[in-house]
Amino acid sequence: MTFPVLAQIVEVPSNVNHLFDWPAVLPFGINRVVLLMFLATLATFLFLYLPFRRPRVVPSKMGVVVETLVNFVRNGIARDIIGPESARYEWLLIPMFFWLLFLNLFEVTPLIHFPVTSRMAIPAFLAGLVWITFVFVGLKKHGLSYIKNSVIPPGVPKPLLVLVIPIDFLSTFVIRPISLAVRLFANMIAGHIMLAVFFLTTASYFVFEPKIVAFAIPLAFAIVITAFEIFVAVLQAYIFTLLTAVYIESSINVEH
Amino acid sequence: MEADAAALIGAGLAYGLAAIGPGVGIGIVVGNAVQAMVRQPEMAGQVRTTMFLGIAFTEALALFGLLLFFILFGAA
Repeated sequence: MTFPVLAQIVEVPSNVNHLFDWPAVLPFGINRVVLLMFLATLATFLFLYLPFRRPRVVPSKMGVVVETLVNFVRNGIARDIIGPESARYEWLLIPMFFWLLFLNLFEVTPLIHFPVTSRMAIPAFLAGLVWITFVFVGLKKHGLSYIKNSVIPPGVPKPLLVLVIPIDFLSTFVIRPISLAVRLFANMIAGHIMLAVFFLTTASYFVFEPKIVAFAIPLAFAIVITAFEIFVAVLQAYIFTLLTAVYIESSINVEH
Repeated sequence: MEADAAALIGAGLAYGLAAIGPGVGIGIVVGNAVQAMVRQPEMAGQVRTTMFLGIAFTEALALFGLLLFFILFGAA
């Protein structure tokens, strides 16, 4: 790793331009976002691998933390929502939860301060992955009747089907992945903008009006919002995983 | 009216109006979830999961409005 690579990950606030202008620092157009994605992938791998490198009866302190979190995803999300077949989908849910958690938490990580999920490509890619997964599961389990059952609710009078079929088709196969991606993206970018507004207000008051009262107020807001953003980062990772589980479940048990 | 001004006014209105419904909706969802948790504390875990699901679905509408704000703001 050369120095410019490090300088891309660590945010050194010299001027504002670097917030918008990220030159590719490595071949194939690898820029700051991609580097942070690599970092999150590495962090996820190490987080799940290192505490259990040497298996032992009593896990280490870190192992207890990781076990609790993995059990939370496995039992609290996968098994509670999907049911007895949940073990077949853990390969998607557990790494996705931790990856998203790290990407979201980069928003409040000192020296990084950038939620990678506020670039639409990452939520869109994940939502596409989820879409492929739940459609594939449905088609594999029910064949073509999966599509028929998911667009025709039971007990609808025949004439109304003209209205119901397009609405259900849109809401199941189009709106679902879009709203999944947009929810994560918009939450993270809104949080990022809020943090930026308050910290920049603090900075400009600090420079141009150096009275303690003037910059203490936006600073206090910024600190409170930082705490709130930690909560939002965890919550959005949780909700994304939860909705993935819900969508998979709805393809396994298409009602009727 | 100039097109840019119309886009900016539309951007403000888009998010402002889009926030009304989900604001009320999330209030109803969480309020009823709290009632359910108080009435049956042993079901609190399940109620909380369902509450977050309900919030996520309701919130999506407001976030579409936010997205529209960015689109219109960029168009101006």
